[in-house]
Amino acid sequence: MASNEEILAGLAEIVNEETGLAPEAVELDKSFTEDLDIDSISMMTIVVNAEEKFGVRIPDEEVKNLKTVGDAVGFIANAQA
Amino acid sequence: MARKVVITGLGATTPIGGDVPTMWKNALKGVSGAHTLEDDWVAKYELPVHFAARAMTPALEVLSRVEAKRMDPSTQFAVVAAREAWADSGITEIDHDRLAVAFATGIGGVWTLLDAWDTLREKGPRRVLPMTVPMLMPNGPAAAVSLDLGARAGAHTPVSACASGTEAVHVGLDLIRAGKADVVVCGGAEAAIHPMPIAAFASMQALSRRNDDPEHASRPYDRDRDGFVMGEGAGALVLEAEEHALARGARIYAELAGTSVTADAYHITAPDPEGLGATRALKAAMFDGRIQPEDIVHVNAHATSTPVGDKPEYAALKAALGKHVDSVAVSATKSQMGHLLGASGAVEAVLTVMAIYDRKAPVTINLENQDPEIPLDVVTTARDLPAGSIAALSNSFGFGGHNAVIAVRSV
Repeated sequence: MASNEEILAGLAEIVNEETGLAPEAVELDKSFTEDLDIDSISMMTIVVNAEEKFGVRIPDEEVKNLKTVGDAVGFIANAQA
Repeated sequence: MARKVVITGLGATTPIGGDVPTMWKNALKGVSGAHTLEDDWVAKYELPVHFAARAMTPALEVLSRVEAKRMDPSTQFAVVAAREAWADSGITEIDHDRLAVAFATGIGGVWTLLDAWDTLREKGPRRVLPMTVPMLMPNGPAAAVSLDLGARAGAHTPVSACASGTEAVHVGLDLIRAGKADVVVCGGAEAAIHPMPIAAFASMQALSRRNDDPEHASRPYDRDRDGFVMGEGAGALVLEAEEHALARGARIYAELAGTSVTADAYHITAPDPEGLGATRALKAAMFDGRIQPEDIVHVNAHATSTPVGDKPEYAALKAALGKHVDSVAVSATKSQMGHLLGASGAVEAVLTVMAIYDRKAPVTINLENQDPEIPLDVVTTARDLPAGSIAALSNSFGFGGHNAVIAVRSV
């Protein structure tokens, strides 16, 4: 089980790998599209990498609800629980 | 009177140079870009061929990791070469609606395609990357160059196997002449040094098996040639309507005087032994450029170093140039960099333009015992080309019976 801090750090690492954004720019209240400028194809790549890293399944229909980094951290934490 | 088209920018990333100045310096010196492959897949799949000519500068040393991530290696090479050509042209202001792209590939995103297949089988469909389709599509290089430069007058992808790069130059000339664009970035890219294409080309007996001596494996016109050497990279040229180039005071390398494309309709892979399709292409390119055989001082030959391929090209040159063929300095630059497949014509177009501009013919290496049936005047040490108005040809032929020729004239 990863803590929310660990999930955020892991997610920031995945986002950095995909987009080059500095990990510290990936904060809980940031919107993936508005603030981080992540397009749908990068978002799917991030989702699939997060599934592998955290051992969870994020259904495709759920992805559109993950608007902010915090939404994704919350979803992953719940899915792991 | 057709619009005159000139060449104002050049770019290349090849096994003998990661940019045009390095490539040209080496092309005049005569070096080999072929080396033993260190990859574990050579032994793993027991490939019959253990060497290839890799790009001298990996694309990842030029592009950022993030931008490279969304590109197949072939597209990475295309973008590297196109950026160099664009910067070299000195164009700073352009009507983007009048800027087009014609960028070829022979095979397309073969690494992406096969990696995705491996991923599907090993990890399942969920792990197949969402960028897989745009990365494997053959128009990937043209699309990426269009996106990179903001070229909105169309992005074309001629595909004609090993004639693709030359056909892209042909398409570029037509676009400008037809008034559909004022500037075209054209070229070709290939990145197929992967075990599957090596196995496939080896299976059809097209590759040299000189595993103990890769540097001497590519030997066009030599009696002991035994096949081509796989290369990779890209070449790019900025074509520009002459009036557009003159209006901005551009440095003009040469005129793209004429081009042509023909088809053998003879056999899917074997060249017509008499080179009839190639002859028609040579004559058509000269006619298109209003060039007489006597104007030609240099030919960058297709000359892949296969036993069956080099001879019909000689027959075609003889038929198209007549007695003048004996007075033409012929360079077989695949001896140095191997065969870049769909990129080869574009890279050789760059070399041909440099030959006219610099008035020097590049070197053919590894010619130890010239095939007596191919008595061409082959350039084995860099040779000066004459002063005055001169012209040169570059040939490319591809599986499928594709023949493409460009004619370049000094300005």
